[in-house]
Amino acid sequence: MTEPLAEVSNLSVDFVTRESSVRAVNDVNFTMLPGEVMCMLGESGSGKSVTMRALMRLLPPKRSVISGGIRIAGQDVQAMDATALRRMRGSTVSMIFQEPMTAFDPVVRVGDQIAEVVSVHRGVSHAAGRQRALDLFELVRIPSAQRRLDAYPHELSGGLRQRAMIALALSCEPKLLLADEPTTALDATVQIQVLILLRRLQQEMGMSVIFVTHDLGVAAEIADRVAVMYAGRVVETGPVRDLMRRPLHPYTAGLLASTVHDQPRDQDLETIPGTPPDMRHLPPGCAFAPRCPRAGTDCITTVPPPVTPAPGRIVRCLRVEAELV
Amino acid sequence: MMSATLMELDQRDRGGPQQPLLVVRNLRKHFPIRSGILGRVSAHVRAVDNVSFTVRKGETLGIVGESGCGKSTVARLLMRLINPDAGEQIFDGDAVGEHGGISVADLRRQVQMVFQDSASSLNPRMPVQNSIAFGPIAFGTPRVEAVGQARELLTRVGLNPALFGGRYPHELSGGQKQRINIARALAMQPRMIILDEAVSALDKSVEAQVLNLLQALKRSFNLTYVFISHDLGVVRWISDRVMVMYLGEIVEIGPADTIYTGARHPYTRALLASRPALDPDQRREEAPVSGDPPNPINPPSGCRFHTRCPHAEPVCASRAPSLGAEGEQAHRAACHMQDPASGHSQAIAA
Amino acid sequence: MSTTIPGAATAEGSLPTQRGYWGTVGYRLRYDPVTLFFAALLLLIILSAIFAPLLAPFDPYQESIIRRLKPPGFRGHMLGTDELGRDVLSRLLHGGRITLLMGMVPVLVATLIGGGLGLVAGFAGGVVNAVIMRVMDVFYAFPSVLLAVAISGAMGGGVGNGMIALTLVFIPPLCRVAETATTQVRNLDFVDAARATGAPLRLVLWHHVLGNVLGPVLIYASSLTSVSVILASGLSFLGLGVKPPEPDWGLMLNALRQAIYVSPLVCAMPGIAILLTSISMNMLSDGLRSAMDVRS
Repeated sequence: MTEPLAEVSNLSVDFVTRESSVRAVNDVNFTMLPGEVMCMLGESGSGKSVTMRALMRLLPPKRSVISGGIRIAGQDVQAMDATALRRMRGSTVSMIFQEPMTAFDPVVRVGDQIAEVVSVHRGVSHAAGRQRALDLFELVRIPSAQRRLDAYPHELSGGLRQRAMIALALSCEPKLLLADEPTTALDATVQIQVLILLRRLQQEMGMSVIFVTHDLGVAAEIADRVAVMYAGRVVETGPVRDLMRRPLHPYTAGLLASTVHDQPRDQDLETIPGTPPDMRHLPPGCAFAPRCPRAGTDCITTVPPPVTPAPGRIVRCLRVEAELV
Repeated sequence: MMSATLMELDQRDRGGPQQPLLVVRNLRKHFPIRSGILGRVSAHVRAVDNVSFTVRKGETLGIVGESGCGKSTVARLLMRLINPDAGEQIFDGDAVGEHGGISVADLRRQVQMVFQDSASSLNPRMPVQNSIAFGPIAFGTPRVEAVGQARELLTRVGLNPALFGGRYPHELSGGQKQRINIARALAMQPRMIILDEAVSALDKSVEAQVLNLLQALKRSFNLTYVFISHDLGVVRWISDRVMVMYLGEIVEIGPADTIYTGARHPYTRALLASRPALDPDQRREEAPVSGDPPNPINPPSGCRFHTRCPHAEPVCASRAPSLGAEGEQAHRAACHMQDPASGHSQAIAA
Repeated sequence: MSTTIPGAATAEGSLPTQRGYWGTVGYRLRYDPVTLFFAALLLLIILSAIFAPLLAPFDPYQESIIRRLKPPGFRGHMLGTDELGRDVLSRLLHGGRITLLMGMVPVLVATLIGGGLGLVAGFAGGVVNAVIMRVMDVFYAFPSVLLAVAISGAMGGGVGNGMIALTLVFIPPLCRVAETATTQVRNLDFVDAARATGAPLRLVLWHHVLGNVLGPVLIYASSLTSVSVILASGLSFLGLGVKPPEPDWGLMLNALRQAIYVSPLVCAMPGIAILLTSISMNMLSDGLRSAMDVRS
């Protein structure tokens, strides 16, 4: 049994404003093994990005309250001081974002930015950093890498910018890469290139990846395991094949059915009725109950506990348990 | 109300069902790029180049393409929110903005638009029922009556007017706002609605609801849609015919199913193959094309796709392929391989 | 009659609030004690200026050789007396009338003129925008204090000319704010959607553009009033605004300045009045700004 790389237990995040307090992430548990790719799948406001930011301690400390345990590579992230945190970010864990422009200083050449990160983290000269930047650009398959090192961020196209950000994130060989919707803003023909690249890099470098997305198709392309989030909770986890073929939670099933993908045109699409919940006023029981076709009175009052109906799968749904008995 | 709407539609119908509702010929829009303090024009963004197509009465024409392909510019040109540099636009037999034709104001009453960004397309300081009623009031419907109609439309788009009529946009979710935008378009009793990425920003579970709503409304209000999206799955489901654009030009147009099962243009095929498979056992191993779409400021010569095309030959760089004339075939592609006389080695036989 | 529309029955979210836009702004202001405090303070200052004749314990022009520069509390002079033996509290109350007038009227007039120009520049764009904004840039080239002094100096002193000078100083920044807001709003989809109904331009401007430009312009204008009070005091201080013996905070500051070593406490009084007024206005406009940002 290998040591887990990341362990999250009973993680909750509350955002506190002067008017209210909102629980954005509610009792989330998961473990990541080395070399594993996990997709956090969810719609806007489901808490998937907040969970990721909590892992990196990137949430505004004054407005957010984090409880529960986060351990990455054996260290307690919650207990880290500023120095330890800085060492973790960029060496053990790095992150890539939806909008790569935010990761780069617009007035410095991308090659110099990567070189600087490398030289600071490894204590090598700037020239050695530049050489490493060139290697990284070749690693992420940027054509004419030497020339592109001297480009400013705005001179790169969307796909190249995303590759450059991946190069920056990989510069210190992280054990865990957090990817927050990195392909969402890209065109279809570019998105698939970046997905294939990420998958290859992950396999070559043996790193773990947590990949946040709202797109089932993207999850199917890249994930080993999927965690589906709804209203701040992980409602279902499982290996990607099992989860996509036989979703156990009604929300996952609804999401799969309502994703438009070559359905017959003369029929209405299957939908999940209703609207995503208002996080300020969640129902007392299962948050999905008001939209759920299988909900009963017990669902409205009881928060479903996690159950394991099959190996490797965890579901928070009262009906699943009933079905298996 | 519905039968009244239908009768009125019949009255406005001029050429009968055989006449296309909209004919666009050689539409062109180049945006100048100014530089320096004197604002001299240094280059042009070739947003839309030589685009011709028709929209038949009662159909849904889907327009797909990646960013910078000009699909949104086409939408704004059709509404005349921006003026074309060249080209003709004929709405139900009347030339738009020309002497003896139909005025832009009259066109706008018959063609409405729903935008992608449901948040910015509603006035943040206006209750949503007033936003819906704004157009009719501007055209002289008494205020009380217009608001009454707006509340009726709210019901039609699935929102309870007693609960939602008086709300402000920031109190609504994205899907609800998009329903309001649809109601606002319907308030003008249009014959045609242009949906510019109207469901793209919505969550998947809400997207399917709005798509079903659009189909239901199309039937009951006898509408014609131009549906613009980058999502190929959605476009296939909703469209009767599909038009694929690349860097300001049409590369392929035809019946939806034919395009999706037998695409002729290499770009269309690449686009289709780039869709993530919903099956983890059918993951793509190779990207269908490499690189990004080029900048529309200086599009490549000849066929604009030749820089990324796996089948490109010298002829592709030197000469632009033609899409062929309207009416010859239902399914047309602007590719030298489709033209026996092009000189391309993989061209189909005559 | 209504067809079965998917999700129709349940599309109603569980949204608890149904306040309107201004309702939300009001609600937020009600629960903002800092803003409320400074609003009350400002109201107090304005009311005391309005009712100065009723509140003032002494005649503000009544001089007395024997009671010059007395400390606060001296024989009923709560804030002491000035260099001519006049009651400082009475002079502050009366002086507030002119000082506040000079603080608010120029901003009001400049909001109308500058805001209007900015709206036109922003919506018309192109050459119209270039002409209006380049003219404004010329005014921008001078520091506002210098400009006010120069205009006021050229036209001669007096309350009226002082106000005209201040108005001219405030037109360019207000025009700039209105122009920026208009340009932003003009490019939003809802303005396009309104145009797409075929509605006449004036209706689109009135219903969809103006309402969204007014917010930022009013907030900015309210922050300018504090600047205006200080500038007005400055003009009087330099002898360009109010003429003695008329009571005015700036003028009082100037006159009392010479007595700073004799009676520092009295000397500080007009300065404190200016400070309190401008702080109240700044805090109020700050509170207003955050309350009006309903989407935050």
